[in-house]
Amino acid sequence: MSTRIFGSGIKRREDPRLITGEARYTDDIKLPGVLHMAVVRSPYAHANIVSIDSSAAEAMDGVVAVFSGEDVDLAGIPTAWLIPDSDLKTPEHPALAKGKVRYVGDGVAIVLADDRYTAQDAADAVNVEYEELPVVVDPEAAAQEGAPQLFDDVENNIAFRWVMGDKTASDGVFNTADVVVRDKIVQQRLLPTAMEPRSAMAQYNPATQELTLWCTSQNPHIHRFIISAVTGLNENKVRVIAPEVGGGFGSKIPCYPDEALVSWAAIKLGQPVKWTETRSENYQITIHGRDHIQYVEMAASRDGKLLGVRATVYAGMGGYLSTAAPGIPTILHGLLYVGPYMMDSVFCESIGVMTNATPTDAYRGAGRPEATFLLERMVDMVAKRIDMDPAELRRKNLIPAFEDGYEVATTLVYDSGDYPAAFEKALGIAGYDDFRREQAEARADGRYLGIGITAYTEMCGLGPSQVAGAVGFQGGLWESATVRVTPTGKVQALIGASPHGQGSETTLAQIIADELGFPVDDIEVIHGDTTETPMGWGTYGSRTTPVTGAALAKAAQKLKDKARTLAAHLMEANEDDIEYADGSFSVKGSPDQSQSIQDVALMAHLAWNMPEGMDPGFEESQFYDPPNFVYPFGTHIAIVEVDASTGDIELQRYIAVDDCGPQINPEIVAGQIHGGVVQGIAQALCEGVIYDDNGQLLTGTMMDYTMPRADMFPNFELGETVTPSPHHPIGVKGVGETGTIASTPTVYNAVLDALAPFGVEGIDMPMTSAKVWQAIQSAGS
Amino acid sequence: MWPNKFDYQRADSVDQALELIGEEGKFLAGGHSLLPVMKLRLSAPEQLVDIGRIDSLRGISANGGLRIGATTTHAEIAASSDVQSMCAALADACGGVGDQAVRNFGTIGGNIAHADPASDPPTVLVACGATVNIQGADGSRSVAAQDFFVDLFETDLEDGELITGINLPNCSDCQCAYVKFPHPASRYAIVGVAVCLKMDGGTCTQADVAVGGATVKAVKCAGAEAALAGSSLDDAALNAAADMVKADIADWLAGDVAYPESYRQQMAGVYLKRAVKAAAG
Ligand SMILES: Cc1cc2nc3c(=O)[nH]c(=O)nc-3n(C[C@H](O)[C@H](O)[C@H](O)COP(=O)(O)OP(=O)(O)OC[C@H]3O[C@@H](n4cnc5c(N)ncnc54)[C@H](O)[C@@H]3O)c2cc1C
Repeated sequence: MSTRIFGSGIKRREDPRLITGEARYTDDIKLPGVLHMAVVRSPYAHANIVSIDSSAAEAMDGVVAVFSGEDVDLAGIPTAWLIPDSDLKTPEHPALAKGKVRYVGDGVAIVLADDRYTAQDAADAVNVEYEELPVVVDPEAAAQEGAPQLFDDVENNIAFRWVMGDKTASDGVFNTADVVVRDKIVQQRLLPTAMEPRSAMAQYNPATQELTLWCTSQNPHIHRFIISAVTGLNENKVRVIAPEVGGGFGSKIPCYPDEALVSWAAIKLGQPVKWTETRSENYQITIHGRDHIQYVEMAASRDGKLLGVRATVYAGMGGYLSTAAPGIPTILHGLLYVGPYMMDSVFCESIGVMTNATPTDAYRGAGRPEATFLLERMVDMVAKRIDMDPAELRRKNLIPAFEDGYEVATTLVYDSGDYPAAFEKALGIAGYDDFRREQAEARADGRYLGIGITAYTEMCGLGPSQVAGAVGFQGGLWESATVRVTPTGKVQALIGASPHGQGSETTLAQIIADELGFPVDDIEVIHGDTTETPMGWGTYGSRTTPVTGAALAKAAQKLKDKARTLAAHLMEANEDDIEYADGSFSVKGSPDQSQSIQDVALMAHLAWNMPEGMDPGFEESQFYDPPNFVYPFGTHIAIVEVDASTGDIELQRYIAVDDCGPQINPEIVAGQIHGGVVQGIAQALCEGVIYDDNGQLLTGTMMDYTMPRADMFPNFELGETVTPSPHHPIGVKGVGETGTIASTPTVYNAVLDALAPFGVEGIDMPMTSAKVWQAIQSAGS
Repeated sequence: MWPNKFDYQRADSVDQALELIGEEGKFLAGGHSLLPVMKLRLSAPEQLVDIGRIDSLRGISANGGLRIGATTTHAEIAASSDVQSMCAALADACGGVGDQAVRNFGTIGGNIAHADPASDPPTVLVACGATVNIQGADGSRSVAAQDFFVDLFETDLEDGELITGINLPNCSDCQCAYVKFPHPASRYAIVGVAVCLKMDGGTCTQADVAVGGATVKAVKCAGAEAALAGSSLDDAALNAAADMVKADIADWLAGDVAYPESYRQQMAGVYLKRAVKAAAG
């Protein structure tokens, strides 16, 4: 019986350096002679640039140069998700504004100086004259005739109009359904708020024409080819290094002007150039998430059969189209409209709209939380309308268990699922029936308890490259990995993906340890450097464990095959007689004769005695392109109490039953769920960007923008079911985003359930105490 | 997060501090209000005079009443047994400021000099009849807390004047409390209510009430006080006081997009009741 490290909740191996402050982030890297870049940013959301006078700045001691948009000869920052059949416009995104600014924070000029303080002083001294233009920040308003126009070549600010489903068929379902419910849902803008702000430093060697860019990236290989494209350098002359990266949540996927500008300035000036954003800049210029206005309807029969869902979505893109932005409210959103339910009709029209606000892009969950929210909101509304218990309604409509493929109306083929099992388990933990009794008693006492339930499935582990191509993603979605064993039997696993807080250095090492029998502490997972690591598309979309993990498992399996052959040869035994357990090969029937994996590795390196035809060395590489997405699923339940006198919400219990297939490291899975749940609940209860009518960000600091804190939450009650993915070499699914996807509607529905006695029909998120209190007052009157 | 250039000097005595401070200078105490605005470049003093190490400005003495030095930290005040027994409301307020790090750095003098409308200690100082001791180049003076706070971020302090400390009457025969509705992001008060009650058996003989957070400055609430005084603090009295407090603060309301004035005004009523209940124990 072999012992498996797979499934063991070992401590995260990255934590000692993170906790003791020994991790090295981009800003920690010091180069002699480095220049500091500060960016002069537009204080207006929409304005023509009349003139830029940098003479005072240039005259300051320590200032090396000031450049504006006209000086910088970089190609525009590209959009890399060109969704098909949507009449997509990709307006130019210059690295520095040329003639016009389109959101507060849009870069107008850069200052290069000997130190960071001088750079900032000089940036303040650059005198820019603006002619203000009318501003629009609301995506629905921006799409109307007569709204202020951001770009001459984007009529009515509409960058794309993406349609999914058959409108006539959908109309037929809605016209004949017993029941149709509808709502306007605002998915407010959110700030990704990674703990480490963005940073970039570039160094150029004119003799070799090599550029090294250290930057906060979730996908250094993608950054490499975008930087190569915008600077014109050959891709093999660009090295991108993502050192320690302190979280991203999607905000470090895009290539921003700042990374291009440090690269350009380093080439131009022949000195290294560094830029690190302040938290204020982070809130102003690093992508925001969500920003949907959704008009949603659901059709059902009177006896509770869900028939269809349809929605028109206005998705705010901000002032420019960020790297992956068009794919988020479309491919990653509409395709999720069936959720875990048997529902045959889906229709979505998603309109991407340019607005005078910070660009939006993928933020944890990216399109899928917005889809899950609208579905779960609608299901609760149907339940209310037909007077059926919301748990009962969900139970009636859940897709029954399936093990190998289930095609739904959005054309996706879900890989595997047992939704009823997770659902009943969550209800059991919550004690659903007892709760309903307690709730009734509490109401009689003037206390308002509520329960919310979300059943979900989501699509992650992005994804087959063929699908990526079909949906216009300008890249592949495979991963590659090399497992390299040194002569002394220590392992370096080189991966193209770029983890930045997920614990992948631990889980991926566990996969290798499990396949090959090396102690997990002898395995280093190396990532984040385009020169050191093989090509990969990055860490996002809950894909590193499923995709990179599969590549590693397969590479390790190849090594194991080689080891078996070599071990047999060394022990002069027949390969069929070789038994393997816990990193050791032995001959059947003679247990005292054995070769450890380390012995075999050494012999493979020495190559003194190889079998006929076997090459020396002990290293294997593997590309892996998944045949399908993976579809984790589960059910979340929240119990809240609302203080009607203040509108304050107390989250009393939170239950999450998630199924991500076999868990490699249950502690890390729990950590991912905790973090995701917290971020999702924060969307429901406290986080939300506020712009004024002039496009000024009113939630520009953490004193105004409410990040969740530990004391807002009870201890989460986690449960699991285990349904392996049939197509995955080790059955695993992603779990990085499930928490965010499931928790927002769960808590939202719980609050509305609590407020049912007042007749409150809806509250815009975040449901702050002030809004809840106001809703109670308005409904009561 | 990159402040403008400034000079830094450390004063060893009050006299030296008053001597050093120039026209464009500012005193630096805990730095937890001043440094953030400098880092955001919303304030750009040319000179900082650090008063943080002047021994005579720090500490708490109980002698009839309380005397609290200007650079005494929130944490020290919250932990002081003298403050807990003579003015429990102040211990409550200082113990609820920001988080532990803020309480370890932030000082009572800096807090009241800054006069953020959402601060906690000023509300207690106004309710409990504190006086603020001030020293300038021309000598020293004392001002009642109620007169010290003038408006949003505005006090009676003249340029170059230093707060040396505050005095509080001995409140140990009163029942006092401070409760606040913290802003979920900053933990400053959306509304904070301080009450100080004198009780004779079950009857309230005197009530002092002040509200902050919901207002541009800490406001003494005569209407609510009258509604409580003479009552047995029954529901009818509490409801009347809650109504009165909303009227008391009507001319001084403050708010923002997330927590508008109207909401804060209503919450002042709710929190007044909670404060009275907390005080009456
Ligand atoms: C994250 C955070 C959360 C906070 N939350 C709260 C909260 O919930 N409730 C609350 O009440 N406060 C809160 N604060 C503010 C905190 O209490 C501050 O420390 C306090 O307001 C200022 O005290 P300080 O000693 O840091 O003053 P400093 O920042 O050093 O100075 C502030 C101002 O006062 C002047 N000054 C300082 N001392 C004197 C003096 N003796 N005489 C004359 N002028 C002087 C300075 O010149 C400056 O203008 C918070 C602060 C932070 C950073």
